[in-house]
Amino acid sequence: MSDASTPLSIEVTDVTVAYTNGNVALRDTTFSLHSGTVCALVGVNGSGKSTLFKVIMGFLKPAKGTVRIGGRPVKEAQKRNLVAYVPQSEEVDWTFPVSVWDVVMMGRYGSMNFLRIPREEDRRIVRESLERVGMSEYKDRQIGELSGGQKKRVFLARALAQRGRIMLLDEPFTGVDVKTETAIIDLLEELREDGHIILVSTHNLGSVPEFCDRVVLVNRTVLASGPTAQIFTEENLAKAFGGVLRHFKFDHTDLPGSARNEVLLLSDDERPLLLGQDGAPKRSGVGTKTGPLVEDSRK
Amino acid sequence: MHWLEPFRYSFMVDAMLIGALVGTVCAVLSCYLVLKGWSLMGDAISHAVLPGVVGAYLLGLPLAVGAFVTGLFCATATGWVKANTRIKEDTVMGIIFTGLFALGLVMFTKVQTDVHLNHILFGNILGIERSSKIQTLVAAVLTLGVVLTLRKDLLLYCFDPTHARTIGLNTQALYYVLLALLAGTIVAALQAVGILLVVAMLITPGCIAHLLTDRFDRMLVVAALSSVVSCVTGVYISFFLNAAPGACMVLVQALIFALAFVFAPRHGLLASRRVKG
Ligand SMILES: Nc1ncnc2c1ncn2[C@@H]1O[C@H](COP(=O)(O)OP(=O)(O)OP(=O)(O)O)[C@@H](O)[C@H]1O
Ligand SMILES: [Mg+2]
Repeated sequence: MSDASTPLSIEVTDVTVAYTNGNVALRDTTFSLHSGTVCALVGVNGSGKSTLFKVIMGFLKPAKGTVRIGGRPVKEAQKRNLVAYVPQSEEVDWTFPVSVWDVVMMGRYGSMNFLRIPREEDRRIVRESLERVGMSEYKDRQIGELSGGQKKRVFLARALAQRGRIMLLDEPFTGVDVKTETAIIDLLEELREDGHIILVSTHNLGSVPEFCDRVVLVNRTVLASGPTAQIFTEENLAKAFGGVLRHFKFDHTDLPGSARNEVLLLSDDERPLLLGQDGAPKRSGVGTKTGPLVEDSRK
Repeated sequence: MHWLEPFRYSFMVDAMLIGALVGTVCAVLSCYLVLKGWSLMGDAISHAVLPGVVGAYLLGLPLAVGAFVTGLFCATATGWVKANTRIKEDTVMGIIFTGLFALGLVMFTKVQTDVHLNHILFGNILGIERSSKIQTLVAAVLTLGVVLTLRKDLLLYCFDPTHARTIGLNTQALYYVLLALLAGTIVAALQAVGILLVVAMLITPGCIAHLLTDRFDRMLVVAALSSVVSCVTGVYISFFLNAAPGACMVLVQALIFALAFVFAPRHGLLASRRVKG
């Protein structure tokens, strides 16, 4: 059981991680997160996002530096069932004879006794978690008989069922439709209200300002971290992505001769990000606004 | 001969009872082995017990103890060598278990024992001595008890070790528990089917059940049933064929697998043909 009295935090201090082949994936990485936040982890492919998750989970030992959760070593946090983790890709055998319900119930094991016999409470939480990701009607399916996005939702439900107060989500929106994405975002916002710490890696730059109050930009180290409005600027993103971002400038001016009203569109292939002239991120519904925006710009 | 004839001999009835018990243990473990992809591990450990059996005889220990120790040694040595070379795990395992098996064969010719090599290699379910019977019984009951108690943790470990670690399970310990259970099962089955065929008992029931069901708890039950049925019928048939009971048991199992492979309602050959049209 995660008890509510522990102060919640993740502190990554001066961490350097090298894989066994000598490849240094992260160098001198430092950042910290505190209770009640949804933080985006943004960076190009291979910038070390998944590596960072694995270090926080204790699956990789840092060559240098420390990771502490609530002021304690990672192992202790795991024993107390504090951290839920949804990896980028589930490397499980999909022919395994377990149902959707069984998988989500596995999220409860940490809080059951050693025989793992579910109580009514556990069943209720599993039901709720399935409902939250919209998978209730599939609860008796064998897990191999689902689409990619549905599988993703099941593992998300398992993380929810775990009721960890820290959630690490590695690209939860890849291959998930807009409706589910919105549902997941609503959920993350609810969890933030409850004081959870949520760290989400994503390539959907457009939706970051919508639901993340903080951002950590990585490229083999932390380039910048802090509140979204300060960090999510063209300058920082250019630093994080180099020339990789798609870059479009639209002159969104209705009247010839009036002041220029330029909008900048940045895209890392998924949902694009719109920056206004002041360089501040524009919120919400970005994807759908691009159409009319282009039509309107009279040259 | 009358069809009830085998039941008139107490050694036949005993053999069927032991077969049923051993079959149950093997079947339960085979579900984990099949799902974890550890079939070769089963084969390796079963061969590696031979030098242990001879060694235990020399030292005057119960044969089961020697078998258990070398079985585990084979598995851990494989893990250690693999971690320190670029050679793949199955290859390393192949080298180590054949090496140990060969060592056992050499030891056997150098040591005068009253254990028959044939009994170790092919089993001796009709003539198990009292002391071996007790060893078999203890190994079987212990193994079965531990597997059933830990069955959910072991299942989670096989299914998704990452998640198991996330929620604070000691996956390293579970790995060794599963290995020890495997070695224990092999020890239990040694007298019944022998080193060479025990691997069949450790794989086939799980495969049959995997074809027939999509739920793990049902898989355990189906595997155990198919295994008990084949062990009992195997012993029964061997009486009329005058053949090795161990081999008959494995043969019946293989036949049941063939039936399941073709006729399984959802995952059988006919079912998938029907879907394809
Ligand atoms: N098992 C491994 N062994 C060696 N190097 C690795 C391993 N896994 C990742 N790397 C390297 O470490 C670096 C960081 O990888 P990581 O998976 O953390 O990237 P990422 O930011 O998650 O990328 P993506 O957006 O593609 O998911 C990459 O250069 C990658 O090649
Ligand atoms: Mg990644």
